[in-house]
Amino acid sequence: MLNNITELAISPRLAKNIRRNVKERVIELILMLAALSAVFTTFAIVAILLYESFGFFETVSLIDFFTDTQWTPLFEDAHYGIMPLIAGTLTTSLVALAVAMPVGTIAAIYLSEFASHKTREITKPILELLVGVPTIAFGYFALLFVTPLLQIIYPDLPGFNMLSAGLVMGVMIVPYIASVAEDAMRAVPMSMREGSYAMGATRFQTALRVVTPAATSGIVAAYILAISRAVGETMVVAVAAGQQPNLTFDPTEGAATITAYIVQVAMGDLPHASIGYQSIFAAGLVLFVMTLAFNIIGYVVRKKFREQY
Amino acid sequence: MVNTSTPLKAEAKNLNFYYSNGHLALKSVSMPIYENKITALIGPSGCGKSTFLRCFNRMHDLYPGNKYDGQIVMHPDNTNILADGVDPIEVRMRISMVFQKPNPFPKTIFENVAYGLRVRDEKNNRVVADKVEEALKGASLWNEVKDRLNDLAFNLSGGQQQRLCIARALATDPEIMLFDEPTSALDPIATANIEELMNELRGKLTILVVTHNMQQAARISDYTAYMYLGEMMEYGDTDTIFTRPVRKETEDYITGKFG
Repeated sequence: MLNNITELAISPRLAKNIRRNVKERVIELILMLAALSAVFTTFAIVAILLYESFGFFETVSLIDFFTDTQWTPLFEDAHYGIMPLIAGTLTTSLVALAVAMPVGTIAAIYLSEFASHKTREITKPILELLVGVPTIAFGYFALLFVTPLLQIIYPDLPGFNMLSAGLVMGVMIVPYIASVAEDAMRAVPMSMREGSYAMGATRFQTALRVVTPAATSGIVAAYILAISRAVGETMVVAVAAGQQPNLTFDPTEGAATITAYIVQVAMGDLPHASIGYQSIFAAGLVLFVMTLAFNIIGYVVRKKFREQY
Repeated sequence: MVNTSTPLKAEAKNLNFYYSNGHLALKSVSMPIYENKITALIGPSGCGKSTFLRCFNRMHDLYPGNKYDGQIVMHPDNTNILADGVDPIEVRMRISMVFQKPNPFPKTIFENVAYGLRVRDEKNNRVVADKVEEALKGASLWNEVKDRLNDLAFNLSGGQQQRLCIARALATDPEIMLFDEPTSALDPIATANIEELMNELRGKLTILVVTHNMQQAARISDYTAYMYLGEMMEYGDTDTIFTRPVRKETEDYITGKFG
């Protein structure tokens, strides 16, 4: 029997339906274009950053860029050391994260594990409302309210300082961490909590020893989001931390961040293709690389701790 | 019909239970739990057997609005563990539980078993290590995991994970162990392992087990209770229930005419 298989003609009722196949392909193409638009935009931004920075680095050597301790591209005596701006960015970000990480994580643990359903329903929207406040408002809040308050404690604190900007930025970021981390904790299956309670654990022990480790990947994602947010934040630091590039990690001093520099220069009118104009893109490229690096670290860490329940 | 020479470990008396939506899930359930015996709860889905089991370690307290009415008296304390003045955490320290689906924690094999000791603040690492080994041996898992105690528990197979959960529950020397359909998520070989393990625990530990599988109840238990729609239909020693049930409903369920 098996040896005499013959090719059979295909019945028209079972043949491939060309109209349906074409329609499917067209839909697939449209969907793919929609998805590609985001990817394309990203690549276009990177290309422009690279292109304009290339012109910048024809004038300024990479060694000067990373070793010079001054950033004065618009002065007569121009220096192109990015380090003061990086220092400003890192300092404000670290102050912000020192506030946002503990507070955000604790808020997430409270909301997910301790708050009653009703409390959560009221608190979470309010917390998320903070996200909607324009950052310029936070900037002036830092400059006009928090800085004078800090000056009561430190009378020598200058009007523009990274401490005040960082603290307010931290408060601004808390809802991001709280919201994302809380989602991750709530996604931990109830059966795992029950297992912990059944062993005689308290709520706090369950939250800390079982739920938090189980949600590590989501909590790390929240931290990465927060870092990117802090590094990229513009208005709070431009308003409250001052716009003087200053190579220091002391938060009680004022200093410009990368973003503050970009916004400051972009507001003036610079001739196209001038070195000042190109310096915006070089600074932007550094910012991009920093954020990218944090995102890659975050991706690796998340893969390492990914949920396995 | 019921043996009186074996001491009582616990006793449910006219237990009613209301879920937060007002649903009356247990209707005046009364039954004895004998010390160091295995008691099986059988009945169709939704009959309240798991609800009943979860009263014993006050699991329902985790969800607001649930209400107990009646008593579960635990011996030798002669205390109603459902009373308001009783701390559910103290109850759970003495009555441990194994769940339907294996639910290991995101920790190493060792730390999973040590969990109960850690939450009890046992600081002596020597004591913890001894207890963990003893519990893993008790759950017939020691030989399979002794060389990889620091591996994540998720790397074990489903049957091993369930035995790990049994080890975790054993490590704190519970007086009663609750099993909520412990083999329903496992394949036949893993199921046989768990049943063998429960047979080994017989006589050392008071066990209350919910099962969907009547053959399993017949194989492993000393006493069986048949529940239906939140009521205790029949209770007796397992041989009697499976060979000469008194009630027609029990017989219909056991013979598979209904269920």
